[in-house]
Amino acid sequence: MDSGFDFDVIQRSWVYLFREGMSFTLTLTALAMAGGIVFGTLLAMMRLSSIKPVSMVAGAYVNLMRSIPLVLVIFWFFFLVPYIGAWVIGAREPIKVGAFWSAAITFTMFEAAYYCEIMRAGIQSIPRGQVWSGYALGLDYWQTMARIVLPQAFRNMLPVLLTQTIILFQDTSLVYVISATDFLGAAAKVANRDYRLVEMYSFVAVVYFVVSYGLSALVRRLQERIAIIK
Amino acid sequence: MNYNWHWKVLLETEPGGTGSYLHYLLVGLGWTLATALAAWVIALAIGALVGTLRTTPMKWVVRAGNLYVEIFRNVPLIVQMFLWFFVVPELLPKGLGDWIKQMPPPWGSYVPAVLCLAIFTSVRVAEQVRAGINSLPRGQRMAGTAMGLTETQTYRHVVLPQAFRIILPPLTSEFMNVIKNSSVALTIGLLELTGRARAMQEFSFRVFEAFTAATVIYLLTNLVVVLAMRALERKVRVPGLIAAGSAPQAGH
Repeated sequence: MDSGFDFDVIQRSWVYLFREGMSFTLTLTALAMAGGIVFGTLLAMMRLSSIKPVSMVAGAYVNLMRSIPLVLVIFWFFFLVPYIGAWVIGAREPIKVGAFWSAAITFTMFEAAYYCEIMRAGIQSIPRGQVWSGYALGLDYWQTMARIVLPQAFRNMLPVLLTQTIILFQDTSLVYVISATDFLGAAAKVANRDYRLVEMYSFVAVVYFVVSYGLSALVRRLQERIAIIK
Repeated sequence: MNYNWHWKVLLETEPGGTGSYLHYLLVGLGWTLATALAAWVIALAIGALVGTLRTTPMKWVVRAGNLYVEIFRNVPLIVQMFLWFFVVPELLPKGLGDWIKQMPPPWGSYVPAVLCLAIFTSVRVAEQVRAGINSLPRGQRMAGTAMGLTETQTYRHVVLPQAFRIILPPLTSEFMNVIKNSSVALTIGLLELTGRARAMQEFSFRVFEAFTAATVIYLLTNLVVVLAMRALERKVRVPGLIAAGSAPQAGH
């Protein structure tokens, strides 16, 4: 290693890093957040269901996902999704799925388990009387959930859901293990090409820090505002 | 789905010739636990210290503690791994840096992995410790002062013994997180359980057997940890307190 650092490499590559890498990271985060919250809420409703098999299936899924490392889950889905895809469309051979869609499915399925636990706590924090009054008004289960319980649960849990999303944003960097070109992956490619690992990885750390810290500061402010209204 | 399972692969010899694939994976579990345990001990020590300092009335100490927590909480684990592995040796004095880089495998990845996981986890422990201390009624601290104890003595004899017993359940899940997070060390070349499952998949082309075996081993490890910690929790629970109701928290 020659002495002295060359931070020019960042100036030369930042357009690529953000256009290719960061847009991958942000799209993946947004998709997985939307999918994860929807699927997670369904899982939470299943876990709280009075029908035993339903709550058991959801519970088993959530506990399984929370017991194994994310890296292993990424590998699982990377190899599993082509088979599931083939099964869904009835093809003989495993279909080809790019790193992006593989990652999007992985993170949706994985984060759903974590969003589920948050939404479950949110639903359980709603007084039972709310549900009963829903039924007393003649609403059915889905109407009570959609119009009375979930809006309140969602709102109470908003700061935690957003904090989980910041963690998701950081976790997406693990797609490095399937050689996807997310922000870290793009930086790693430049770093290895120009042999500028110190500069690139320091820069990546700074960018992640700035984004995550900024977002958590916003969440904290939101939390204070919600707390006052409540 | 037409996938031909071939479970006997677990008993076949792995290319390195050290034994069967199953044995190869179990050695990986050994490395996972060795990494996680070493990191956990350091994380507990640093986390307890930083978490406690952040509850003291010393303004600058609190600020320094906050800075420490924010830095290591807002950078992804894998990026921190790369910083410890690729960047830190370059920033140290040349002799020391070269010595680190020339450490024979697996120590060359083991040491940075442990340090990285330790610091990463210490931040989360610090948050739990602080929350535990703040959850105690203020009267406890005042009573300590009223009895003539100094600040340090109040912490030593009144606050910390209760706080640690309260935060044991969240610390259990942090310990499981270290075990899971140690899998990220495969990116810097540590052949722990997930890394070995991946290697087995590459050598033998038996994708799902390798990952199923690793998944089962992780689940069993989890089960053992949960049962052991539950027994410990029962033992140290503060009588009269309902199991510390933990607020829902984001995590991974």
